[in-house]
Formats: sequence, structure tokens, C-alpha cells
Amino acid sequence: MGLTGSLKNGRKSRAGHAKYRVLLVGCPNVGKSTLFNALTGLSRHTGNWTGKTVDSSAGPVRGTGGRIALIDTPGAYSLDATSPEERIVADAVRSGEADLILIVCDAGCLSRDLALVLQVLELSRRAIVCVNLVDEAQKNGLTVDCKTLSEKLGVPVLPAIASKGQGIRALIRSVEQALSEPRARPAQVDPALFEGLSSPEVRYSRASSIADAAVRKTGAGTEERRLAADRFLTGRFTGKLALLALLASVFYLTMRGANYPSELLSRLFSGMLGVIRAWFEALGIPQTVTGAVCDGALATLFTVVAVMLPPMAIFFPLFTFLEDVGLLPRIAFNMDSAFAKCGSCGKQALPMCMGFGCNAAGVVGCRIIESPRERLIAQLTNSLVPCNGRFPILTALIPMLFASAAGAWTGLVRAAALTGLILISVSVSLLASRMLSRTLLRGRSSSFALELPPFRRPRIIKLVVRSIFDRTLRVLARAAAVAAPAGLAIHLIANASDGSLLRGAVGLLSGPGRFLGVDGEVLTAFVLSLPANELFLPMLIMLYSGGSTVPESAAGLAGALASHGWTYSTAACTLMLTLFHSPCATTLLTVKKETGSAFYTLAAFLVPTLTGAVLCLAVRLVFALF
Amino acid sequence: MDALRLSGIEHGGLCRIEAVEESPAKPRLQSLGLVPGALVTPLFTASSGSPTAYSVRGAVIALRRADAERIKVTRLWD
Repeated sequence: MGLTGSLKNGRKSRAGHAKYRVLLVGCPNVGKSTLFNALTGLSRHTGNWTGKTVDSSAGPVRGTGGRIALIDTPGAYSLDATSPEERIVADAVRSGEADLILIVCDAGCLSRDLALVLQVLELSRRAIVCVNLVDEAQKNGLTVDCKTLSEKLGVPVLPAIASKGQGIRALIRSVEQALSEPRARPAQVDPALFEGLSSPEVRYSRASSIADAAVRKTGAGTEERRLAADRFLTGRFTGKLALLALLASVFYLTMRGANYPSELLSRLFSGMLGVIRAWFEALGIPQTVTGAVCDGALATLFTVVAVMLPPMAIFFPLFTFLEDVGLLPRIAFNMDSAFAKCGSCGKQALPMCMGFGCNAAGVVGCRIIESPRERLIAQLTNSLVPCNGRFPILTALIPMLFASAAGAWTGLVRAAALTGLILISVSVSLLASRMLSRTLLRGRSSSFALELPPFRRPRIIKLVVRSIFDRTLRVLARAAAVAAPAGLAIHLIANASDGSLLRGAVGLLSGPGRFLGVDGEVLTAFVLSLPANELFLPMLIMLYSGGSTVPESAAGLAGALASHGWTYSTAACTLMLTLFHSPCATTLLTVKKETGSAFYTLAAFLVPTLTGAVLCLAVRLVFALF
Repeated sequence: MDALRLSGIEHGGLCRIEAVEESPAKPRLQSLGLVPGALVTPLFTASSGSPTAYSVRGAVIALRRADAERIKVTRLWD
């Protein structure tokens, strides 16, 4: 880890031919990543919460023919190294590897952000200040005088609205100009400007007085509205109700909306499969090859796409919308006291929310937690919330438990069931955190200081395009890349050994499986889907059908499972195992990389696995009683 | 008389930080701009009584009750 590493990587890779390196620094949530995207034309994921960017990345500045490489850094309030991100940024600024430093400020928080600007300028005067979010400040009745700022600081200061692309061209020109005059003497400033900056008190009082001189209050603000929204979202009853309602409606829309396209896709795919098989036969390709390609690789691939694509294409834009509005920090705010009682930190709610997308990303996201002990707790418990690889399993199994019994309310009942499962996984995360902080990671909760960013109106079209391409298709591609070869492999193994190899595995695991309330096939499918959770459903079907056919729709799935003796109890235990089992291989590797410890990687494996075993037994017992 | 603490200020009350007591959280609070001289206003509190969100330097920062208790303030108006 570390920026110096990525500076080097950046130089080698995309920024390979760049002559100049520009380092982008700034406080958290001032729009660094948005500005990075605007300057480079890339589409790094941004989010309206502190700590979204945890690693650094590099890209060429637009229209400079790759001569200038821009390097994004995580947000840092200071160079005092009070958090890992601050250490990364401080090292990068001090290393002097950058030819120019571009410091981003939030126009509405200049009295804070200028403290960082002063600290950076003290180390390097080869810098440009960008005052971002001037539209937001204007809405709050604040006007920033960049000329005054520039005179006081002795470096160019330019306004921008990165999200709308305004001020970007002027910024690029200014960067080019500064780089073309490497020996230009920095403008004269009051030498007292940089005196005693190591004291935060001095730094901030100087930042305040510069901000006072440059910021004019020109009108009434909209803070009242923001405050009302915040009080509603964090209120005693309204807060919990609003969050639950949001969660439930996201799930409702996802499950309801995905139904029809899923069926359409599977019908389309089974048609395609028929055509492909006919081609194979017409070309005189041997039966075994046709079977392996069509029934093994393609059928598995098609099932994964049909089951996963529609829910993800709905869920991700909705989730990204809530993320961009600024909901996640409010969730962390509401949950902090619960996490504090469990000996951990409310910020754990942020990587937990990321975990709903991808647990590996969630584990990396834990870097925003300052205390190493609390960070470990968050890393070890991240897999207790279901990632999008597991969501399709849940959405496919829930209809089995809640068949159309509820009539017109079926959709709502299913959404409520999914919400309930999510609440169970969140509660189990809390409980596991508590147990960890009483045993393996003993200690008391330290402190919590989290910025709640203003609510921001997401740019819908950009959001949809970005979440489809960056998240949905990427996840799908990963799943598909594993599904096709895995389907092929299972098919070959099943046929080559006349099924004895797989049957042997199933037989071996049927004892423990039955003990946990499921069967050997389910447990084998979970073991075989260690590379990626997306594999579970196709694996299970393959195992049940002995490696021959895969039904393409959820309805066919339910029928297939029922015919293999599935009861309500089996479905409920499988749901528990889906929520709580070993993290996927990628997540385990990420834990190893983040903690650098084989012991904690083992713990990250054991925590969800043991949790799953215990809860399965509990569910089985409950069903046995009735 | 014991000095007033940030945790004791009602919502909407403007106050100025006088001192931040030594604690493991102090460097973190300082880097967020919670230093002597800073103007702070409590905005809203979570239903469990902690954390509370404070307006400081144009940003909104949430702090736990235990951390706010370590910040000495003077009230600027009532």
C-alpha cells in the first residue's frame, strides 16, 4: 500500500509516458474524485461520503497528449498523519515526486480547507488551488473571491464546479502554464504566512482569517432545509422508519422489476441454446463436445446472466442514488451508538454498506476506520452482510418460502422477507463485533468523528450509465468469466468419471449437510462456489441434475429443488448458509493483503463460517419444534 | 467552577472552543479543525443521545458524547 508505490506504478502504467506528475490532494468529500474524472475524462467511482477514495490512481490529463499525469489521493484533513490516509498523502507531498500539487477545496468550508492548503504550501510552493463546489456555496449565500485568495497564498487560485465540468479548461491551462515555467519564482507572500504551522491552532486561526478576507456572505442560505432533512433522517422514530422504508422499497423495486426481464432473458437464452446446439449438430461436432459446450459452459453462463443481470441493473442504480445523495454517513451516524456498545465504531456501517455491493471492496473500505482494533473487527465481520453475488440466491430462494400465498401482496411480502434477512445480517454483524471485542480483539470503543456531507442531488443519467457500466457489467463479467469455465469443468468431471467424483464429494458432505439442515448437494455447491458466490446456483442445479441440464428460470429452479426433497426447513437453512458462510476467495485474499496476517485471514474465514453453522442448527431446531 | 463542555450546549447554541483536553482522540479532533478559537454549533443528536452533529467551519461533524465532553467551550450568546 502507499502512494509512493502507486506513484511508481502510475508512472509505469497509464502514466507511463507522462513527462509531468500532478498530485491531487484535498480534504475528504470536497469532490477530488469528481474533479479527477473531469480532468482526465476517466470514470472513477465517486460517492457522497468521506473516505470513498481509499487508494490512489493515476490518469492522463485530458487534451495534453498524455504529457501530464494526474494522481488522485485519498482525502486528508491535514498532513499530521492522524489516519492512514493522511499518512499516505503526507508522504506523497513530502516525497517531492510530484511536479505540481493541485489542492482542492470546498468553497463552503474554506476556513477548514485552507489549513490543509497552508500545510501543503509550506512544503511546496509549486501548487495550484482549486476552489470547487462554488455553486453549492452560492446556494448557501457564500461568494469566494479567488483573486484575494491568490494574493494571500501566492499561488494561482481557480474556481470550479467539477460535477458540471465548469472551470476545468481554465484549470488545465493553468496547470500547463505552471509546468511550462519550472524555474519561475513563486509570488511574494507575507513570510509570516507559514510560521508556526505545526500547531493546529495557529494553522486554523490563519485559515480562518484568510477565509474571512476572501469569502463574502451575499445572501441567505439553505441550511435550514438541510437541517430539517437531517433531523428527519436521524430522528428517534422517523430515522429508523425512513431507513427501513428506503431499504424495503429498494428491494421491492429490485425483485418486482427483475421478474419479467429475467424470464424474458431465460426464454431468449434457451432459444439461443437450441439454435447453437442445432449448429453444432449440423457441423457434425461430436455429441460429447456439444454437451460440454452447450449443457456445461453455455447453460451455466446463461443461467448466471439471466438470474443476475436484471436485479443488478435495478439494484445498483438505486443503491448508487442513495449513496450519491449522502445517505450512507447518516446510516453510520444512526448506528454509531449500537456499534459503540459492541466495542466498535459507527464508521463500520460504511464498509458494511459497501459489502452489500462486494465484500472485497468492503474490506478495503475499512481503511476509513482509524483504530486498528476496530478496523480489524470491521474487516472480519464484513462478509456477514450478503454481497451482490449472494443477492440472487436470496431473491431466487425467497419466493420458495413465500410462494404466491399472499396474493396481490406477494411482492411486498417478499420484499419484507428480504429486508428481514438484511436486518438479521446487520444484527449478526453487530453481535459478532461485540463477541470479537470481548475475546480476540479485546478493547473498548475509541472515538468517532465523521463528517456528514451536504445532501447532493445526483446527476441521474450519469449515475445510471455509471452504475450499469462500472458496477453491473463488471460484476457480471466477473461472474460470467468464472461461470462458463466452471460449468464446463463440472460437466466434464460429472461425465468423465461417470459422476462418481462429484457423487463422492456430495456423499462426503451429506452427513455434515444434513446436520446443518441442508443436504450434501447444497454444501458441495457452497464449497465449489468459493471462487465466487455467483456460482452457487448454477453449481447446485448441476449437482442435482448430475451435470446434464440447467433450468433457466427461477420457476424451473423451484421445481427442481422441490423434486429433490426441499422443505421449508431446507430453504430456510440454505438462506442462513447463504448469508453466513466462508467469504469468497477474493475477499479472503483481500483480508490477507489488508491485514498482512494469516491468522486474521483464518479468523475472517472462521467468523462467518461458524456463525452460519450455529444459525443453521438454530433454524433447524426451530423447524423441528413445529 | 467547572468550565462549560461542548456536550452541554443545546442545539442551535453558538459557542467558541477554549481548550481540548488531552486524549487519544485529540489529534483527530484537531485535524478536523476543532481547535481553540473555532466556532461550533450543535445541530442535532442521534436518538440514543450520541453522537451529536456539530457545525464547525462550514462542515457538519458528528462527535460522540464522550469526545464532546472533553472540549471546553464558552457560550457566545443565548
